[in-house]
Amino acid sequence: MLDPRLFILNAEIGFNAGDMIVQLVMFVILLALITKFAWRPLMNVMQEREEHIATEIDSAEKNRQEAERLMKEAQDELKGTRANAQKIIDDARQTAKSEEADMIQAAKSEAERIKENARQEIEQEKERAVQALQEQVGTLSVQIASKVIEKELTVDEQEKLINEYLEKVGESK
Amino acid sequence: MDHGSPMIEDVFGISWLDFNQSNVLMTFVASVIVFLIAVIGSRNLQRKPTGFQNFMEWVVDFVKGMISSTMDWKTGRQFLPLAITLLMYIFIANILGIMFMVEYNGDLWWKSPTADPGVTLTLAVMVVALTHYFGVKLKGGKGYVKDFFSPIPILFPLKIVEEFANTLTLGMRLYGNIFAGEVLLALLVSLMASGALEAAAGFLPMLLWQGFKLFISGIQAFIFVMLAMVYMSHKVSHDH
Repeated sequence: MLDPRLFILNAEIGFNAGDMIVQLVMFVILLALITKFAWRPLMNVMQEREEHIATEIDSAEKNRQEAERLMKEAQDELKGTRANAQKIIDDARQTAKSEEADMIQAAKSEAERIKENARQEIEQEKERAVQALQEQVGTLSVQIASKVIEKELTVDEQEKLINEYLEKVGESK
Repeated sequence: MDHGSPMIEDVFGISWLDFNQSNVLMTFVASVIVFLIAVIGSRNLQRKPTGFQNFMEWVVDFVKGMISSTMDWKTGRQFLPLAITLLMYIFIANILGIMFMVEYNGDLWWKSPTADPGVTLTLAVMVVALTHYFGVKLKGGKGYVKDFFSPIPILFPLKIVEEFANTLTLGMRLYGNIFAGEVLLALLVSLMASGALEAAAGFLPMLLWQGFKLFISGIQAFIFVMLAMVYMSHKVSHDH
């Protein structure tokens, strides 16, 4: 059934120098071509990718540090700002308090001044009124007196009498 | 099922220059396929890879892992193109014989080029020659020679034998695996061709064996490249 010669398949093939040369040359050519057209570009791309990834990682790390730094800065800034605001509020409170005291003081003294003025005015008015009254009383009493004693008194005696009377009035007051 | 080979003998009247046209053809086919895959895979390269580029980068990373498991990456990176090309070439060459075999005029034209000892040994010799070249280049002539006498000088003959043994095993392992696979495939095919009953009986084993051979193809390609890198690291890395 089976051809026994199958077992010596290719048996007549020994080492053919031609084959070997062809094989060697072919492989060297293949190696050269394939390296130039396929492996080099492929490896370059892979290399490039590796470098790309490496730089990306580096830059990511750098960005992270930068972000951290900025955040810290912002926090410090915020803290500073907060303290500043607190100071401003305190200052304002202080200022308001002193202002308030000043105002009260000013108002008090103003009131005092007004009171004083009023008192003085009252005094003056009173004096003026007293004076006016004195004059009126004088003339009035003269008129009365002149009406009463018109006939018995000379002008000189009358004058003297009035003055005496007026002095008495002034002392009694 | 009489397989012959499409030989051209004594080219240019040189008595030792024989060509097996099948090997020439299949070597060429494998090279073209590998080249196309690589070039199509690395077209339109983008920083954010899509589709085929992902696959190519996975291959590159895979080979990178293989190399860095044998030597430090700084010396190893220069072997990356060689290693990827070897891996893909051998893998493609291995699976070429799985899909089909083509006979024409009683000659076997389409098969795995790696099912030929000449081809695999050429690859092996090339790899070993490269290890010596890089050994001299990276360690200097003195360091290279010194390696043969360390750790103790008495090992020198063994080291010499080792070089030849490495070369031979590297090539023959690949050849043996692939060739055996193809022999079994041919057997199954001839079994299935001999009658309806046999065809039915042979269907499942055929399927299994093809799957297994695909697995073997990948494993052998991996082993070849791994060993190539191990030999390379023996030659280029400093005392470990």
